Amino acid sequence: MQQFTQLVKIVSNSTKTNEKLEALRHYFTHADARDKPWVLALFSGRRPKRTVNSTQLKQWCLQTVDIPEWLFEECYHSVGDLAETIALLLPDNGQQLSTHPLHYWLDELAKLEKAPEAEKQQFILQAWQELDTNERFVFNKLITGGFRIGVSQQMMVNALAQTYQIPPATLSHMISGNWDPRQTSLEALLQDTGSGADASKPYPFYLAYPLEEDPSVLGQPEDWIAEWKWDGIRGQMIKRSGQLFVWSRGEDLITEKFPEYTPLQNALPEGTVIDGEILTYADNFPLPFQTLQTRIGRKNVTNKQLQEAPVVFLSYDLLEWEGRDIRDTPLQERRVLLEQLVAQVNHPALRLSPMVTFDTWQRLIEFRQQARDMGSEGLMLKKRSSPYQVGRKRGDWWKWKIDPFTIDAVMIYAQKGHGRRADLYSDYTFAVKDGDKLIPFTKAYSGLTDKEMNEVDHWVKRHSLEKFGPVRTVQPELVFEIAFEGIAASNRHKSGVALRFPRIHRWRKDKTPEEINTLADLQQLLQQYKG
Amino acid sequence: MTPVLQFTDKGIYCPGGDFYIDPWQPVPRAVITHAHSDHARLGNQHYLCHLESVPLLQLRLGADISVQGIAYGETLRYNGVSISLHPAGHIIGSAQVRVQQGNEVWVVSGDYKVENDGLSGQFEPVPCQVFITESTFGLPIYNWQPQAMIFSDIRKWIYENQQAGKSSVLLAYSLGKAQRLLFNLKDLDTPIFAHGAIDVPHQVLLAQGYDLPAIQRITPDTPKADLKKSVIIAPPSAAGTPWMRRFNPYALGICSGWMQVRGSMRRRNADAGFALSDHADWSGLLQSVKATGAEKVFTTHGFSSAFARYLQENGIEAEAIKTAFGNEDEEAPQEAGTATAAVDPTPDNGTAAAPAAGESE
Repeated sequence: MQQFTQLVKIVSNSTKTNEKLEALRHYFTHADARDKPWVLALFSGRRPKRTVNSTQLKQWCLQTVDIPEWLFEECYHSVGDLAETIALLLPDNGQQLSTHPLHYWLDELAKLEKAPEAEKQQFILQAWQELDTNERFVFNKLITGGFRIGVSQQMMVNALAQTYQIPPATLSHMISGNWDPRQTSLEALLQDTGSGADASKPYPFYLAYPLEEDPSVLGQPEDWIAEWKWDGIRGQMIKRSGQLFVWSRGEDLITEKFPEYTPLQNALPEGTVIDGEILTYADNFPLPFQTLQTRIGRKNVTNKQLQEAPVVFLSYDLLEWEGRDIRDTPLQERRVLLEQLVAQVNHPALRLSPMVTFDTWQRLIEFRQQARDMGSEGLMLKKRSSPYQVGRKRGDWWKWKIDPFTIDAVMIYAQKGHGRRADLYSDYTFAVKDGDKLIPFTKAYSGLTDKEMNEVDHWVKRHSLEKFGPVRTVQPELVFEIAFEGIAASNRHKSGVALRFPRIHRWRKDKTPEEINTLADLQQLLQQYKG
Repeated sequence: MTPVLQFTDKGIYCPGGDFYIDPWQPVPRAVITHAHSDHARLGNQHYLCHLESVPLLQLRLGADISVQGIAYGETLRYNGVSISLHPAGHIIGSAQVRVQQGNEVWVVSGDYKVENDGLSGQFEPVPCQVFITESTFGLPIYNWQPQAMIFSDIRKWIYENQQAGKSSVLLAYSLGKAQRLLFNLKDLDTPIFAHGAIDVPHQVLLAQGYDLPAIQRITPDTPKADLKKSVIIAPPSAAGTPWMRRFNPYALGICSGWMQVRGSMRRRNADAGFALSDHADWSGLLQSVKATGAEKVFTTHGFSSAFARYLQENGIEAEAIKTAFGNEDEEAPQEAGTATAAVDPTPDNGTAAAPAAGESE
């Protein structure tokens, strides 16, 4: 556990990519072989099943340190992380007594799944006693999950690639998919050549960078293919060994969530991998992302949901054909195969994402302006000759989104953030005008520079009206331009609307609260684009 | 009956003796707990402080101020009110103020820490009926390690930086933390360099005979080669300024109680954070409040409401008071210090030196 704690300390504190890489390399070279697959799993979002919940951790901490619950909450708001709050509150035992490795703790935690509460409590309290403050933080993090501590999957892939002398793209594929850190060694994962051992294994996704210039910088229009950019969940559909697997870009296996795809298990030929978008779709038109949300996170789908939010798979690309990895074949050839495949399967759940044909860049610019009417969020530009690469790469693929909606709004509440922003008022709620009233309609967390955020934080501390726990009501004075990608009706919000990807576009220091947008403006947008 | 001390918009006032303690607006007579700018401000007609605080006050407020220094335990009387100063352990010359009228004793803590840092004296709890205490770190997540352990971590960090060919830049407030670092790192066999803002009080204190190591002030003429793998002490406000470039490659370490929490450290882009504070931690605050035997406690700055509520629930009458020593629970590590910026002479021979800011920590 010490080694892993040290790794976490370095990667979470360091602001320098090279230092983090070095620490990861060092770790993967020297760590206990049974710990390594766990670290890989933790840092790639494969978090172990929770066997103890946050409420239990909090209760047992309260009992150990004998403080009232409100004081715990005060501390939590100040720290911004439950695992860290508990680690700091527990009495310092002055030393670390345990020499158990990381996998020991993870195995023991997993065993607690069916254990009675008293047994769980006893185990946790014992662990807290044996571990020092830094280790306790890591231990608590193992339980609360979400190891977001400044290591991206890409960084880990690079570190492993350097350590094991394997090209990053190959390595990225090797560590994707379904594997259990309890059953697999890192070496076994990295020896797997990808053929057959795991039929469900997806390819790493190829992601595009945003195009920020005029498309004419890309060269000749005839070298490029354009498609609509859809706002669903990027996915990969795999048919191997007679089985169907659907992966989301976040590397979750989500086959079961979408019964619409079940018939494709027989319809698709063996040895097929398609890249595409999971999208709710009716009458040949995509439904807003919010309808897809009603389908995510549910194990059992009701008939009503199937009717109201029917899901299709809109195919972009073909990665494996007749059992062969064809990612290096030029896109235009893959596209031909994909079109044949979709036609041959001929099932309403599997559709082709249509191409947008254009002969001049000017024509494409006009198409882009119609994107919203198509229910899409812009265009994708792909070079005809491009291979299907790994990860986010510049050059061959670009996403060219439409400009977001914007609304000028006034800040009315501020709340402290988490992690790096704990203790800084960084999360704000915004309102539009409705006559004399201010109607809150969205929260936004990002979009300001650190400097601006410090400035707002400073202002909030001096212009608070009331305090409710971590939330402060502030004088409605600061005006911000809020950008968002979509708008849908919502009966859960006072404003009657829910926004997609709201963020702060600009701080409008030049505007007064009298000049902000109104609820009527939002309603008009809703009428226009409700999909 | 009028209370011994009152909270007014100018500061903590003693009507019986007609003086203020750490006033934030100019008054005729000010008793000063210590020389930090949120406690010792310009413009008062007369200052009273501890003997060791006199040169620091003159440094920061001007050599021409009217100031009287007294020793710890020495008692002065005004109109039947007696005043005495007692060690607070916060920085050199820091004091708690004990005020007695008749049989009633009130104590104003100023800023204090319980652990003896070797330079600032050993904090002594003073028995009283009413205790006005700071509460900068009044949450139970703030419990400090003994300084010996922290300094051992700092030495280890410096050593590792040197192994990696880097200089070690330690950010520490120019008055208090910087001297504490220097005193405790004086046997280091590495040259120590300092920003002008650190060197100014350092020279004053050396002249007073404090056992502080020699440091080299950084000027535009300091050869870059000399700085390689050295230890540099700079005020927090130097972070992110062009002045820092000359130390490349370097690692940045921040010495402040706020570093207890990972988020505050990451927000400031430090390579290392050392939770070395000149304020009492949670157990230090509790222990001190209990040791005074006070029946009533006022909490002034920091997590004042939380600390007061906790005391109240534990049978000690307590109330949070709004003062200018910090804006409620948000005495941010980088805040305050505007007064300092105005008066702290930070000549770095014309380079882009940042004025010392960041008072409380």
